Amino acid sequence: MNRREFIVSSAAAGGGLAIGMPLTAASQGKDVGAQVNIWVVVKPDDTCVIRIARSEMGQGTKTGLAQLVAEELECDWKKVTTESITAGQNLASKRAWGEMGTGGSRGIRISQDYVRKGGAAARMMLLQAAANRWGVPVSELTVSDGVIKHAPSKRTTSYGKVAADAAKLTAPDPSSIKLKDPRSWKVAGKPVHRLDTADKLDGSKKYAIDLQFPGMLNAAIKQCPVYGGKLVSFDAAAIAKRPGVKGAVQVDERTVAVVADTWWHAKTALDALPIVWDEGEGATQSSAKIAEHLAGGLTAPNAYADRNEGDALKAIEGAAKRVEAVYSTPFLAHATMEPMNCTARVTADRAEAWVPTQNAEASLAALSEVTGIPISQCEVVRPDLGCGFGRRGGSQDYTRQAGLIAKQFPGTHVKLIWSREEDQAQDFYRPISQCKLSAGLDPAGKLVGLHVRVSGQSINAFLNPASVADGKDRRQLQGMWSAAGDAQLGYTVPNLLVEYAMRNTHVPVGPWRGVNTNQNGVYIECFIEECARAAGADSLEFRRALMQKHPKHLAVLNAAAEKAGWGKPLPAGVHRGIAQFMGYGSYSAAVAEVSMVDGKVKVQRMVLALDCGHAVNPHQIAAQVEGSVAYGLSATFYGEMTVEAGRMRELNFHNYPILRLAEMPKIETVIVPTYDFWGGVGEPTICVVAPAVLNAIHAATGKPVRSLPLKNVKLV
Amino acid sequence: MVRLNINGRQRELAVEDDTPLLWVLREQAGLTGTKYGCGVAQCGACSVHVNGQLMRSCSIPVGSIKPTDRIVTIEGLSRNATHAVQKAWAEVDVPQCGYCQSGQIMAAAALLAKNKKPTDADIDAAMTNICRCGTYQRIRAAVHRAAEMLAKAVA
Repeated sequence: MNRREFIVSSAAAGGGLAIGMPLTAASQGKDVGAQVNIWVVVKPDDTCVIRIARSEMGQGTKTGLAQLVAEELECDWKKVTTESITAGQNLASKRAWGEMGTGGSRGIRISQDYVRKGGAAARMMLLQAAANRWGVPVSELTVSDGVIKHAPSKRTTSYGKVAADAAKLTAPDPSSIKLKDPRSWKVAGKPVHRLDTADKLDGSKKYAIDLQFPGMLNAAIKQCPVYGGKLVSFDAAAIAKRPGVKGAVQVDERTVAVVADTWWHAKTALDALPIVWDEGEGATQSSAKIAEHLAGGLTAPNAYADRNEGDALKAIEGAAKRVEAVYSTPFLAHATMEPMNCTARVTADRAEAWVPTQNAEASLAALSEVTGIPISQCEVVRPDLGCGFGRRGGSQDYTRQAGLIAKQFPGTHVKLIWSREEDQAQDFYRPISQCKLSAGLDPAGKLVGLHVRVSGQSINAFLNPASVADGKDRRQLQGMWSAAGDAQLGYTVPNLLVEYAMRNTHVPVGPWRGVNTNQNGVYIECFIEECARAAGADSLEFRRALMQKHPKHLAVLNAAAEKAGWGKPLPAGVHRGIAQFMGYGSYSAAVAEVSMVDGKVKVQRMVLALDCGHAVNPHQIAAQVEGSVAYGLSATFYGEMTVEAGRMRELNFHNYPILRLAEMPKIETVIVPTYDFWGGVGEPTICVVAPAVLNAIHAATGKPVRSLPLKNVKLV
Repeated sequence: MVRLNINGRQRELAVEDDTPLLWVLREQAGLTGTKYGCGVAQCGACSVHVNGQLMRSCSIPVGSIKPTDRIVTIEGLSRNATHAVQKAWAEVDVPQCGYCQSGQIMAAAALLAKNKKPTDADIDAAMTNICRCGTYQRIRAAVHRAAEMLAKAVA
């Protein structure tokens, strides 16, 4: 559907149940179909188009959300397609579709209630339309696979035939909508294939980076390689005569772009452009200095104590046995496969952008802000993303840049593409941190006191400094929280002190798939392993004893252990490790089996267990678990961004390696659905990957690994 | 101006000889199924076949290609996605974001053209493209499945 044809209703805000006016095109054309409500359009051939507000970046949210709507709609799953709404459409309808932001593994768990009600409301209206046509009570109708039946009169019709009438009806009162018990689901909860595979197989799928417009120009970009530095000057004349070059332009105070007919012309001209930077104070920074800065936070007198239960320091001091360790994890780049890009067109009274974005509304706001065009005259179209991982959320740096560049070429589409090197150099990295842990064991080997001090950079301090001005940043302690439900520590320790010392650097940081559960999972789970070994206890039994008050955590740990055959003999040279942790409202556990040959680690097999409450699509959940293992293992083995003279050194995959197929272990996924909550799926399992592998290495070598990545660690 | 045989069609394209084949495919030939990932032949998102050989098109200057060399991109691998690899990819539900999958499919097709029944070790050695979503387990399963389909087609 052309979005210009799409006139969205002034539906009531917030509820997501508002029934829109029919599309103008729908009332005119046969192909477009009738909009029964904002979530469901039914075509005369019974095709059901389900509208999707969240971003699809590979995680399968389109398929999962469509399953939830289709389940309540009672349509024929074989005739379901999806359609992404735009940020402008959502704005014009007073956010009838709710929030579009897609991060924090929220796509399904936060929208499940209103999208299911949207599907149910559409079903009720379609049935009412048939009842009205036949002059029978709606209670006498049944529906299955989009076919409506009136048994007493043996009449049958289908959704496509009554949709236009249904679209004219008043929507049911939301309080009258009764959702199905998930245990009775027929489409949701089933391992159906994704809906969005076909055009990924023949090259026809258009990502934002692939878009072409008549007369379009292309832009390549360079930002000051040192964070906090500025652009002083550039010699545009030096490249003016190169083929296809339209000009070199300043984008903002730290950024220059070259615009040309093709991206290759723009990129090669940019490489040849003489640029003078004022690198600023950041240029004095290095990884060694940053490490020293963080180390100071491990013992500094002032830190934010998020949990202070009992008297941990005293309990550890007086314990029969003490265990102590310092861990560290590096900055990491997201390395989405599709580099940052955005195409923009700006005229005197309109700004449009085509953006791979995890938050189309943030993109819209950014576009309006940098172009000065009122937001109601801006539009953001969101093609599916070539990976997201948290990089394409709120910051929208590349959307701002595209808007600023396009503004200088009025009326012309300008496609900005970052080179891989720029993508690596100008990320919002996973924050660097260190962690000092101390524990006390009683004579029986029971954990009586635990002190955890994380020192490192804060995401909130970078993105929203006012929110953590006092240094109280619980987010950096994700996974160690006391409160149930989101990222709760699964252990009960009588004397517990959990602290955070904020140590910021000049490097930009941001959410990275799994965010702080990844580092914190390593710290807690590898240290618990050290404690178990100090106590002479089995790794599983030591954990179980601490988890009796956390039955969901425990059930998932047990599920992983059972599937993996914990305690059973292993082939010679193979060693096991186990870990459990929680994030994004879901419970995760993993068992890793590794072999070591000449000091080189090979992960042979991993079993992952996940309780995400309701499991909307087991086949896609397994895909996310498999993907999380690859993401987690890349970080475990190779992931590290290092700073030299204030800038990043790892600028492409030759020195920022990504796990490849040959290194992928056999993965078995165990889903433990408890049907009593809605947890996330895209992120939760990453945080148990590294600690399970590191604990298996500990089992193999008898020594803990306390810093990542493994490429820097001499194991034998 | 270069003359190229792309997907069985002769094309004359106005471009400098040192332009990488990848960018000629994407920007001059309008074939955007072949992806830019790294530009330095590391990730394989730009994989195509040249005379049946798997090549990383980001690192081939277009001037080094003869007009008679047969270039096949993902768009030209089959009609209507009917190559066994494409069918197996659909059956196994391999792609997540899908961005790297053109290259993965071209790599798998090149492997199966030479090796009808690849072992896991053969797949390890041949399938070296990066998938950041981590679809590797399903890629391995789909390569085996495609080999089965090809064996049945012959039998």
